[in-house]
Amino acid sequence: MKKCGRCDKPAVLHITELQHGEVKGLLHLCETCAKEYLSHGQGSAPEAGLAEAELPEGEEPLEDLDQHVCPSCGITFKEFRSQGRLGCPNDYIAFQDELLPLLENIHGETQHVGKVPKRAPHASQKQYQLIRLRNQLRAAIDEEMYEEAARLRDQISVIEREITPSQAASDA
Amino acid sequence: MDVESLTQTSGEWLRGTGPESDIVMSSRIRLARNLASFPFPNRADDAARAEVELLLRGRLTDRPAGRRLNYLSLTGLETLDRQFLVERQLISREHSDERTHRGVAVSDEENVSVMVNEEDHLRMQVLRSGLALDECWQEIDRLDDALEADVTYAFSEQLGYLTACPTNCGTGIRVSVLLHLPALVITKEISKVFQALQKIGLAVRGLYGEGSQAMGDFYQISNQVTLGKSEEQLIATVKDVIPNILSYERRVRQALVKENRQGLHDQVSRAYGILRNAQTISSEETMHLLSSVRLGVNLGLIDDLEMQNVNELFIQTQPAHLQKIRHQRLESAERNVMRAAFIRQRLTEESTGPE
Ligand SMILES: [Zn+2]
Ligand SMILES: [Zn+2]
Repeated sequence: MKKCGRCDKPAVLHITELQHGEVKGLLHLCETCAKEYLSHGQGSAPEAGLAEAELPEGEEPLEDLDQHVCPSCGITFKEFRSQGRLGCPNDYIAFQDELLPLLENIHGETQHVGKVPKRAPHASQKQYQLIRLRNQLRAAIDEEMYEEAARLRDQISVIEREITPSQAASDA
Repeated sequence: MDVESLTQTSGEWLRGTGPESDIVMSSRIRLARNLASFPFPNRADDAARAEVELLLRGRLTDRPAGRRLNYLSLTGLETLDRQFLVERQLISREHSDERTHRGVAVSDEENVSVMVNEEDHLRMQVLRSGLALDECWQEIDRLDDALEADVTYAFSEQLGYLTACPTNCGTGIRVSVLLHLPALVITKEISKVFQALQKIGLAVRGLYGEGSQAMGDFYQISNQVTLGKSEEQLIATVKDVIPNILSYERRVRQALVKENRQGLHDQVSRAYGILRNAQTISSEETMHLLSSVRLGVNLGLIDDLEMQNVNELFIQTQPAHLQKIRHQRLESAERNVMRAAFIRQRLTEESTGPE
């Protein structure tokens, strides 16, 4: 299991950071650091990205949830609740814990099925895939399905190799 | 393009042709899209809204998918002009509120319109006369691809296209058909239809969308859910239910004719008579009578009127349309006189019968 990039606890959140449509990097954070990241946007706020959180739900009282702020646009969850409109695309990450039950309520589903933008930055689509595969890998190891884990690890390294050169190019 | 030029034409979707067009007035699909690197319009400051408008205006007027779109900036447009565009179904009521850096791109036939900086950065819609949802989808899918070639949409693998309101995320699609259901209204069977639609997660609205009353027996049926089902699945949900409603309406129409042809013929003829002779008439009464006339044309009880003319009158007799056509700002009472004169002129002009 990956360790948090800011302390030594196990990481539960993996964020793909994008800047100007290019992948900047992958952040791994523990529960504590993740909450801080999501509410304060430490470092550079991702202008678009995807977070996969495993934060426990319903621990915080509502007043605390209301204080959550999107680091990109500055909207609080309370403002969203009163206006019914989000402030920016990043809110779906910043308020993920609060929004997922809401989306489940509205749509009965929380996984998109359907059209995908053809031009979704190639690398970020790969990043989304990586996030999923890494989760599957973790689950496979937990359940001691080692053959499956080995297969997933191979898949992951293939994708990692694919996206490394383009990342180097965009950094240059 | 300006609003003035639109008063000389009418939307192609009012032609009254296409499959099932006796009952299905029009089919419409809209998509909500946002740019990844800007706040949503309601949260964006003036500079950001200006930047979004400039960027999208450029894409929209660059013949996306080979289509010529005319861009109309709403900034500085008079209230009457903005109201006109709402009546015309080219913009939403929300989009007509006075806010900076809003606009709409419209195709020549008015089949395509794309709102910029409404609730989302992009709200595109494709309209067709009659039941033609697959054609709407093909066209809007192509337009969406063409626009996306130059901009990066806000999208997540889990939640799909990200929208200002969580009720639209995922596909961002709204599939709707506008149905004329006078017989189900007369017999009060319509409430059964509503109940059945609600059970399968479809919404029913009036002619002018969200929160609007059903006018002239027109009902808009659309999907509510946008996440977790593909565009094709959502289109199918709406499409699959239409044949049932159509056969229900037709069955009741035939029953009405069979039971009391004379009574129905009388009601339709009186409605036609009032419209051709009234000296003052409200918008509400007009819609009501036009609905009877439309039914009469469909049942062959009126044979000297084209469906297109009847369809156009529903739109052209709206308050802002009358005032734009007459180049005059009118009070409600004056409007009613003007409306009656306009309808008399249109119906005697169009009808081939003796008058
Ligand atoms: Zn940590
Ligand atoms: Zn935000």
